[in-house]
Amino acid sequence: MFDLDGWQEIFQSIGKNKLRTVLSGLTITFAIMLFTILLGMGNGLKNTFKSFFSRDAENAIFIMPNRTSKAYRGFQSGRRIEFRNHDVDYIFENYKGNIEHIIRRNQRQVDITYKNKKSNYSLIAVDPEIQFLERADPYEGRFINKLDLNNKSKVIVIGRMTKKDLFPTGVSAVGKYVNVGGLAYKVVGVFTDPGGDNEERLNYIPITTAQALYGNNDKVDQINILYNPNLSTNEAIAFGNNLTIDLKDRFDVAPRDQRGMRIQNRAEIVQGTQQTSGALDMIVIIISIGTLIAGIVGISNIMIYIVKERTKELGIRKAIGAKPSSIIKMIMFESMFITSIAGYFGMLVGMGALSYWAPGLEKYFIKDPQVDTGIVIFATILLVFSGIIAGYVPARRASRIKPIDALNED
Amino acid sequence: MIKIENLHKSYPMGKESLHVLKGLDLHIKEGEFVSIMGSSGSGKSTLLNIVGLLDIHDEGTYHLNGQLIEKLDEKKAAVLRNKFLGFVFQAFNLITYKNALENVSLPLYYKGVGRKERQKIGMEYLKKVGLEEWANHLPSELSGGQKQRVAIARALVTNPKVVLADEPTGALDSTTSHSVMELLKEINEEGMTVFVITHEEDIAAQTDRIVRLKDGIIISDEKLNNKVEA
Repeated sequence: MFDLDGWQEIFQSIGKNKLRTVLSGLTITFAIMLFTILLGMGNGLKNTFKSFFSRDAENAIFIMPNRTSKAYRGFQSGRRIEFRNHDVDYIFENYKGNIEHIIRRNQRQVDITYKNKKSNYSLIAVDPEIQFLERADPYEGRFINKLDLNNKSKVIVIGRMTKKDLFPTGVSAVGKYVNVGGLAYKVVGVFTDPGGDNEERLNYIPITTAQALYGNNDKVDQINILYNPNLSTNEAIAFGNNLTIDLKDRFDVAPRDQRGMRIQNRAEIVQGTQQTSGALDMIVIIISIGTLIAGIVGISNIMIYIVKERTKELGIRKAIGAKPSSIIKMIMFESMFITSIAGYFGMLVGMGALSYWAPGLEKYFIKDPQVDTGIVIFATILLVFSGIIAGYVPARRASRIKPIDALNED
Repeated sequence: MIKIENLHKSYPMGKESLHVLKGLDLHIKEGEFVSIMGSSGSGKSTLLNIVGLLDIHDEGTYHLNGQLIEKLDEKKAAVLRNKFLGFVFQAFNLITYKNALENVSLPLYYKGVGRKERQKIGMEYLKKVGLEEWANHLPSELSGGQKQRVAIARALVTNPKVVLADEPTGALDSTTSHSVMELLKEINEEGMTVFVITHEEDIAAQTDRIVRLKDGIIISDEKLNNKVEA
């Protein structure tokens, strides 16, 4: 497209006109640098925000019975509402299409002892599907399973931190027996949980075991539902609302009684999260576009100024035989060269600044402020392109101007 | 070499238009050393711009080197300028950030001559105007006379048919003016057609033919016999 001589012309022009090279270069460098940094910060803010909500499954509904706070249908207030296994079956049977997993959950505080080490922990009796809700992963051994449930096995899956507390390092917990509130349970697995240390001090046993051992009844403290992930957020919220009305009616709880039956629907939080996240996205986009527009305006002004400044030189070149196309090419390539280099430089500086500042920014709720390299390259290309367009218009005018007018210009 | 018949040119001035050239007829043969004399406003610069393909005429015909000049677009004009014409301006019009040699060689770049070759030819012409030692100096480091010599070398470097000089001594003192005119004379003696525009009698007197212009028409056209003396 352009021969070596052409490039030499350009390099000479760039090298000998440092002020305008630096001016146009800095505009682009700053624009891309600010774009990168702002975008990175915005992303960091979003990352922080998202990290608050991504520890457990998002498609969860928690149903927690309690004492009623309103008199209703001839019942006095203060009555304790209790779920039993058949209530769980009722929900599952009636809302099959909306439910992926339904999990019974009983919780108690116990002392767990291994050899001479002992500490107090939450013991959670559950259906095995709890691992999907908690996003717990077996770290050693396995999670509790259907077989444990059917056999009412005295098996326990302990959290990573529980194991760390009770077992010497380097020793496998799997297959060992621990004393749980006076009863011996066999450890079948150790799990990790993205929820952090607290959730890794939880310990799971089969719900059937707990129902048989502790009171020999079929009481359920809490019902957790993982709703069908194909449901939209709005459908999930509607499902939660219908379920609430239905259960309150089934247990004769006043529709406005907030305490008797508490239903927490993650879908509502997800909706809030999506809205806030969307607002953050919008802010980031507006700021980024603003920065880019400022850059585009800047480079356009400079290009117009440069061409104006060079009018006489261009006139001379034309008088001695430069074709209009070679004039346009010269200006375009020059601006393209400067803006590309400057844009690349701005990208490096911006990304460098982000990774340099990243550790100090966590306390300002900016976590892992990264930018997508592709987006920054796109922004750079956009600016380079704007510089070319902005340069093209005056360059074409300059190439068309009669040489004599250009020469008379001072 | 240059054949002009019934040439008209006007410039729009607001709603009116200013009729600058009012039907010129001029014939310049190859190897002539012609000066166009006239006070400012006589139309002499306009004539030179048209002859130099820097501007276009409205009416009449213009033949350059036998070729009828009409409907020229900028691209064709650029090629013809590069091929047939060399310019010397009053204000020198050197490119400020290029050194003497680069300025001289630039027309060759637009002609498509390779870099090595350009420098060689450029250097030859710098030698011709006595500035080979100044090849690497920027215009700002040269005196007015030296700049004009560089400009003359640049005008000659493509080996054109005609050298057009617009007030070539206008910005120079009389001693330097004289040496620049001597240089143009030498070039002419080597066979180059030289076309000088001036308003100074003593400059015009050093040429072989003086065409006087007043208010857009030629009022006299006289041949001098300088050549015999020289």
